[in-house]
Amino acid sequence: MLTAILALGALALVFGLLLGFAAVRFKVEGDPLVEKIDALLPQTQCGQCGFPGCRPYATAIAKGEADINQCPPGGQTTIVALADLLGRDPKPLNPENGQEKVEKTVAIIREDICIGCTLCIQACPVDAILGAPKQMHTVIEKECTGCELCVAPCPVECIDMIPVKEDIGSWKWKAPPAPATRPRAESDA
Amino acid sequence: MSTRPLFSFFGGVHPPMHKDVSTGQPIDVMPLAERYILPLHQNIGQPAKPVVSVGERVLKGQRIGHAEGYVSVALHAPTSGTIADIGAYPVPHPSGLSDNCIVMTADGADEWTECVALPDYENINPSHLRNIVREAGIVGLGGAGFPSFIKLNPGTHKKIDTLIMNGIECEPYITCDDMLMRERAAEIVAGIRIIRHALQANRVLIAIEDNKPQAIKSIEEAIRGESAMEVVACPTRYPQGSEKQLVEALTGKEIPSEALPLHVGIVVHNVGTAAAVYRAIMLGEPLTSRIITVTGGGVAQPRNVEARIGTVIEDILAHCGGPTAETRKLIMGGPMMGFALHSDRAPVVKTTNCLLAATAEEIPDRGPALPCIRCGACSDACPARLLPQQLFWYAQAKDLDKIQEYNLFDCIECGCCAYVCPSNIPLVHYYRFAKTEIWAREREKEKAELARQRFDFRQTRLEREKAERAARHKKKRDELHSEEPSAAPATETKKAAILAAMERAKKKKDAPRITPANTEALTPQQQQMIEEVEQRRRQSRPNPEQQSAASNGDK
Repeated sequence: MLTAILALGALALVFGLLLGFAAVRFKVEGDPLVEKIDALLPQTQCGQCGFPGCRPYATAIAKGEADINQCPPGGQTTIVALADLLGRDPKPLNPENGQEKVEKTVAIIREDICIGCTLCIQACPVDAILGAPKQMHTVIEKECTGCELCVAPCPVECIDMIPVKEDIGSWKWKAPPAPATRPRAESDA
Repeated sequence: MSTRPLFSFFGGVHPPMHKDVSTGQPIDVMPLAERYILPLHQNIGQPAKPVVSVGERVLKGQRIGHAEGYVSVALHAPTSGTIADIGAYPVPHPSGLSDNCIVMTADGADEWTECVALPDYENINPSHLRNIVREAGIVGLGGAGFPSFIKLNPGTHKKIDTLIMNGIECEPYITCDDMLMRERAAEIVAGIRIIRHALQANRVLIAIEDNKPQAIKSIEEAIRGESAMEVVACPTRYPQGSEKQLVEALTGKEIPSEALPLHVGIVVHNVGTAAAVYRAIMLGEPLTSRIITVTGGGVAQPRNVEARIGTVIEDILAHCGGPTAETRKLIMGGPMMGFALHSDRAPVVKTTNCLLAATAEEIPDRGPALPCIRCGACSDACPARLLPQQLFWYAQAKDLDKIQEYNLFDCIECGCCAYVCPSNIPLVHYYRFAKTEIWAREREKEKAELARQRFDFRQTRLEREKAERAARHKKKRDELHSEEPSAAPATETKKAAILAAMERAKKKKDAPRITPANTEALTPQQQQMIEEVEQRRRQSRPNPEQQSAASNGDK
């Protein structure tokens, strides 16, 4: 009886020490789940999910504070990918967060109207607007995510969201029409 | 002709060739047109960068586009004339979209720029030769358009054993290489010698399919006396002209996925490219024209034409008596690998080997696609040894990860699978769709990564600025606090200063404000009056401070 207690106690001590050592030695910095979720988000940084950027939203999902259907730019594709990753059921996009965008857009500043107030520069989450006080601003198109955050602050309404034009480099073959299904009545007859 | 036992490649098909449609007449040189459209992007890799401006006069062969980046070649004016425009024009592309082009108006003089020939190429450094080929704008004329100078570089570690000259031309209808070999064998062989010299290759195999007996004969005559060159007549089978399949058919060596023939000590060049290299080195002429097969039931006089790069397709078809009313489809390339053109206003480019104006009988409507019955005919036909039906399933399901596991990018889009498919499934269309989807996804990923980095950077920047501001404020606060211990002496001195100032002010005030003037030589009477006034003044304002204040007020 006593031997058994002692033996088990000793084992418990050994494993406890091992686990304790492992917890210190193999400590993971940061939350790997947040990284994985963040990698699936479109990185538009638009804040439509209610969080100030994609990473904060990823953190909130990982903590269970936000649902997976709050990202309009990612749309259904992102929801399905998140559902896959987290082992949940996909659900439709929450309409409170906005509508899924059909086509990609970028911001364009009408430069003759711009008064150089820098409000859009402060609003841009990815520093894609170039300019200085009382100097004309312009959008670095390549870096614009199309988040529309710069549109509202502009006091002279000189920012337009224009659809991204398809060129030869970005052109895609359209999916061929799906093969016809076998006419059921004919085959049964 | 070689009697060597041939190896073979896997799969392939035997479509009807229709080669004799366009071999009845000799190569016809297209007359000078009024207008040429030169797309800046005519090769695999980076587009050329324009080095001329609108309105500038250029000569034939003058460089108008500069090779930008490594995988790029120069672009030249096809005739003398003026630059009419630089902008977006329709280009021959399956999308039908426009791209950047240089538009030229010919002046009719067709005046050459100065050409520097190097007949003494054997004594020239191969790297200099490569540079000339690059500056001459030469790309693989077989159809893919890979910059040829890169394939003239054997690298530092690899010895080139075999140079294969590709005169296979396995695709139906196309005969431009056939006619070139028949008529200009000497140019081709001269070009082969230059390429062999640049690569220092041991031997040269000139591969020609056995359905071109005249070309075989003509080349054999041209290489008489060349010990290292050999013509190999290959049994006709599509797609033998594809680089990897040709290497396998001639040498039995299989080139691994994502590798080049260079890895097994082999380099493959097209025979048309050899002729272009000859012109660039021996005559100093850059690539400004090529042989194009104009064929199909939609043209009255199908034949091969030598057209300048940039000639509008409409002009070429008209020159050959087309397109007739029966034309249903205009295809650039052959019926297996070509693509339908959206407009005949687009120009021909360096990679245009064939214009097929096909009638309804030539490209029959195969009817709607039926479900896959898993017969496996496509797998037997696939020369890349892929599993076309698996690729089809995954493309249909848009499973872009899985389809790459099945080596989608080893697909050469030869069309054998779709050709044998009993269900008429447009398989190649599915693979092209999947490839562009994958590329688009890669671009999205890159863009998202850039946005993430910039967002993170901005966050760090904002935090840093906040911290800096806080630090500044703290420093200021600290400075104020650090002054407090010495505050007492400081106030003492201040107080002293204030007191001193007050003293001065008082002295000033006490001093008589008005110095009486004209007080000399007063009569005793006047003196008395003054004293009386002073007396009264003292009596009415006994307080001297009040007095001074009052005197201030009076003032």
